[in-house]
Amino acid sequence: MITKRSRSQRRRHSLVALVAVAAVSLAACSSGSGGKGQTVAQGGINGTDDGASLTLWTRAPLELQANLLVKAYNAAHKNQVKLTIVPNDDYVSKVGAAAGSGGLPDLFASDIVYAPNWVRAGLWQDLTSQISKLPFAGQINKGHLDAGTYQGKQYVLPFVLDLSVMMWNKTLYKEAGLDPDKGPTTLADFVKQAKAIQAQHKPGVYGTYFGGNCGGCDVFTWFPMIWASGQEVLSSDGTRSLLDSAAAKQVYSAWKDLWSAGAVDPASKDETGATWVGPFQQGKIGVMPYPASLLPTVNKTVDAGVAAIPGVDGGASTFVGGDGIGVSKDSKHEAQAWNFLAWLMSADAQVNVLAANDSIVSRGDLANNQYAVKDPRVVAINKVAASPDSKTPIAVDFQQAFNAPGSPWVTLLRDQVFNGKDNLSQDNSAINSVLSQ
Amino acid sequence: MTQPVTPRRRLGLSGRRRLTGWAYATPTAAFVFVFFVLPLLLVTQMSVSDWGLFNGDQGINAPHNFSAAVGQRLFWPAVRFTVEYTVVTTVILIGCALGLALLVQESTRWTGFLRTAILVPSALGLASASLLFYALYSPDSGPLGRVMRDLGITSGPVSFLGTPGHALWSTVALIVWRYAGFYMLLLLVALQGISADVYEAAEIDGAGRWKRFGHITLPLIRPTLALCTILCVTGSLLAFDQFYILTKGGPDNSTLTIVQLIYNAAFQGRNDLGLAAALSIIVLVALLVLNIGQFRWLRGRED
Repeated sequence: MITKRSRSQRRRHSLVALVAVAAVSLAACSSGSGGKGQTVAQGGINGTDDGASLTLWTRAPLELQANLLVKAYNAAHKNQVKLTIVPNDDYVSKVGAAAGSGGLPDLFASDIVYAPNWVRAGLWQDLTSQISKLPFAGQINKGHLDAGTYQGKQYVLPFVLDLSVMMWNKTLYKEAGLDPDKGPTTLADFVKQAKAIQAQHKPGVYGTYFGGNCGGCDVFTWFPMIWASGQEVLSSDGTRSLLDSAAAKQVYSAWKDLWSAGAVDPASKDETGATWVGPFQQGKIGVMPYPASLLPTVNKTVDAGVAAIPGVDGGASTFVGGDGIGVSKDSKHEAQAWNFLAWLMSADAQVNVLAANDSIVSRGDLANNQYAVKDPRVVAINKVAASPDSKTPIAVDFQQAFNAPGSPWVTLLRDQVFNGKDNLSQDNSAINSVLSQ
Repeated sequence: MTQPVTPRRRLGLSGRRRLTGWAYATPTAAFVFVFFVLPLLLVTQMSVSDWGLFNGDQGINAPHNFSAAVGQRLFWPAVRFTVEYTVVTTVILIGCALGLALLVQESTRWTGFLRTAILVPSALGLASASLLFYALYSPDSGPLGRVMRDLGITSGPVSFLGTPGHALWSTVALIVWRYAGFYMLLLLVALQGISADVYEAAEIDGAGRWKRFGHITLPLIRPTLALCTILCVTGSLLAFDQFYILTKGGPDNSTLTIVQLIYNAAFQGRNDLGLAAALSIIVLVALLVLNIGQFRWLRGRED
């Protein structure tokens, strides 16, 4: 107890000291004094590039993009970023332990749906004034910026985007007599086309697939169907679930219809998320909502068509997922860390690193870049990302309500699709009780 | 002169001896203190504090964490499942291990091969073994379903983890495969400690195979059987890896163990270390009571 109190006291002292230093250096900003305790704005809009050593953490699913970005940054700057990749399932606990002991790296990324929680916990520094000074501030992906905004202050920039899109296997479409260049444009279309693939009775091939025991997978792929139908999934403050709306009910019944008709791969029922992207890549699935970031991988084995996810009567939407990044509360190189972020948002990083490697750009004005135009599907994906109907749901307890194993959302969707239970309002209020706590 | 010197010398000697004793004990004591007592104190403090994963210690809030822990919607289902799993696993595992030990005890030509084959899975980490079974059970790429269909055991595709019952038995199969060799080894040592003379004497007295097993083998290996049971019960109550990898507690939270509940409370959404610590303390107390009971029972029967 005593040691704890003195530690938190010490922390408070150091916080006071930090605030004091920050105030002094802000006052001395025009005279350009350097040294320790620089604030984020210290180095101006481009930050400081003075050979500092920066640390950056991210989770394993973004390894590819993170490695490319860090390599390109280190080659062109005096500052050197040291990247640490953490296994996906260990990331929250690692960040939590570091946050408790004041040992966060200078920069760290977070699954964008966790950002509202982490922003509230004060894990990142306020970037509002710096972001507003960027000439292309209005073009930065809004879903990510909003997820990292708390009480009018912005803490997070998009690091790597991931979107959910409708993908279909053109070869299987041709075999089933469907138009391989035109995917589903309504929810009913999706059901019809998946059933048409199934009707071919090709061994090992199924109409569609989903993560039946994976809350995160279905948040990513089902929410856009509700958005595209013109309805919301959460109240604007993120404390109430609207997943019992009319559109939501139609989405559940579409999946239930597919499941009862045998058009869904039976493996879906126990899919925990570990292998939910596998069967489509193996050419075994006709059509399914899928992560756009995997298009380069899919291209190796499947001739895939891509379109936005439709709603009940058309419309188009996507879940703007991926990871946001910010300067940690424990960073001692804020201006240098901002230098990395400013570069990350630049056309150089977005086009020459991300787009050149088939990744999605985080700026709407760069959707039509020189690499994307080679593949109309990529341009389509980039445009969907920047569209105002594309969203990132914001809730402080998002992980507990939706992503965690055994979350009330998983219970809801399993009751709706597999168990044939009519307790939607009860399951929805279980989500509410988590969101509103 | 001599009288006061002698006791002082004696004192010095015993003092030095005492010092040597302390010196021997210190490393162990320090280890126990740093790696057991301190963490235990920290967990106890956490369990009575409002202690978030990100915001750290926010002060005492006892007994809120304990009431929240017991009040969780999945607490009692998790307790029930953990106990059910423990009973099933212990009975099957110890039974199989004993059978295997009896089988490989007698020296035939195949014994060396059999012992090795049964023991090899024990060399694999539990997480790796779980991943292996995850692949075997996969309805898409796993070979088990196809084999069962070809043998005519089932007609349609098999969902090994799709229903609560299947998920439980599939996990028990993994655990038996992984641990039977280890317990077999323990029991084998006990079996071989029984002198052949005893069996010979019994045989001369006309005792049959089952009589010999019931009246000689079982009583003589009871201490080892008890040890195996304690190890198995404790291990099963703390089950985590296999379910985390195979089912994540699904389907429909039917295979959620108490340790998974602790992990979820700390790192999967609630991010509440206080709550997780309270759950840990509850499990610790339950295990202590259970182990004390088992030891008492063991000692009572030995007397």
